[in-house]
Amino acid sequence: MKTLNVSILQFPGTNCDLDTVYAFKRLGHETTLVWHKEEKLPEKTDLVVVPGGFSYGDYLRSGSIARFSPVMKAVQAYAGEGGKVLGICNGFQILTEAHLLPGALKRNNNLHFISRYQHLKVVSADNAFLNRCSPGEVLHIPIAHADGNYFIDDEQLDDMEKNGQILLRYCDEAGEPMVVNGSVRQIAGICNREKNVFGLMPHPERAMESILGSEDGQRMLEGFSHA
Amino acid sequence: MKAIVNVYLKEGVLDPQGKAVHHALGSLGFDNVEDVRIGKQIVLELKENDKTKAMEELKQMAETLLANTVIEDYDIEIAE
Repeated sequence: MKTLNVSILQFPGTNCDLDTVYAFKRLGHETTLVWHKEEKLPEKTDLVVVPGGFSYGDYLRSGSIARFSPVMKAVQAYAGEGGKVLGICNGFQILTEAHLLPGALKRNNNLHFISRYQHLKVVSADNAFLNRCSPGEVLHIPIAHADGNYFIDDEQLDDMEKNGQILLRYCDEAGEPMVVNGSVRQIAGICNREKNVFGLMPHPERAMESILGSEDGQRMLEGFSHA
Repeated sequence: MKAIVNVYLKEGVLDPQGKAVHHALGSLGFDNVEDVRIGKQIVLELKENDKTKAMEELKQMAETLLANTVIEDYDIEIAE
């Protein structure tokens, strides 16, 4: 297992930054918090994490303003060179707004803020993120969002399925598909075509120890050090 | 000069807020409503006085920030 230098972004309104620090430290990695005004990422960055929260109060659309923060230019350049980037929840929304990931996240179908444990089915594990999981495996991870309703047109979606870009789908305990927020084909997480930018609505950093309900998040985040 | 940018979900993209309001109107007895779509109205006060230039700039604003063109359409009105 490699020790990674993980750069974790902070925007005004980010609130999962310290949980994310805790999660990666627990896995033995070095973490650096990077304020959104920074124009550069720490030099030795092995992974950028855009954590969850409510950047800029979710004004206009979730993630739409954060995506223009100075640090995002550096993240775009980093991703363009093949650097690994993970967006969790609001981080996922920011990455779609920045066009680093395809599609968009709309208001949940039932208009509720959904906060609870949710089962997820691993779809593609052949990537730098979920390589410690197996396709078909069911995970149990907290979700907490109002805008998690993933949308993309059918043509692009078929393309993503073919390329192995669908990472996770919402399901029940038995692994049967489950409508949670209205996402097309129950999608909970995706990656880009090059498989170096990852986004998911569920919070693996909140599932790091069984005493708190689940440690499935560990196995997910561990992937990066085995990639 | 005053400009108004209206942003709404594209045709074919389900609008959950519109659907909820449609349902609520129905239960209040307004049976004549066939569809409800909810959007945002962004009202801008511009320094620019040239209408053509303003329109060009407003389009850029809409494309880069005000609308997410993956799921939203927009229209621009310039008040005289």
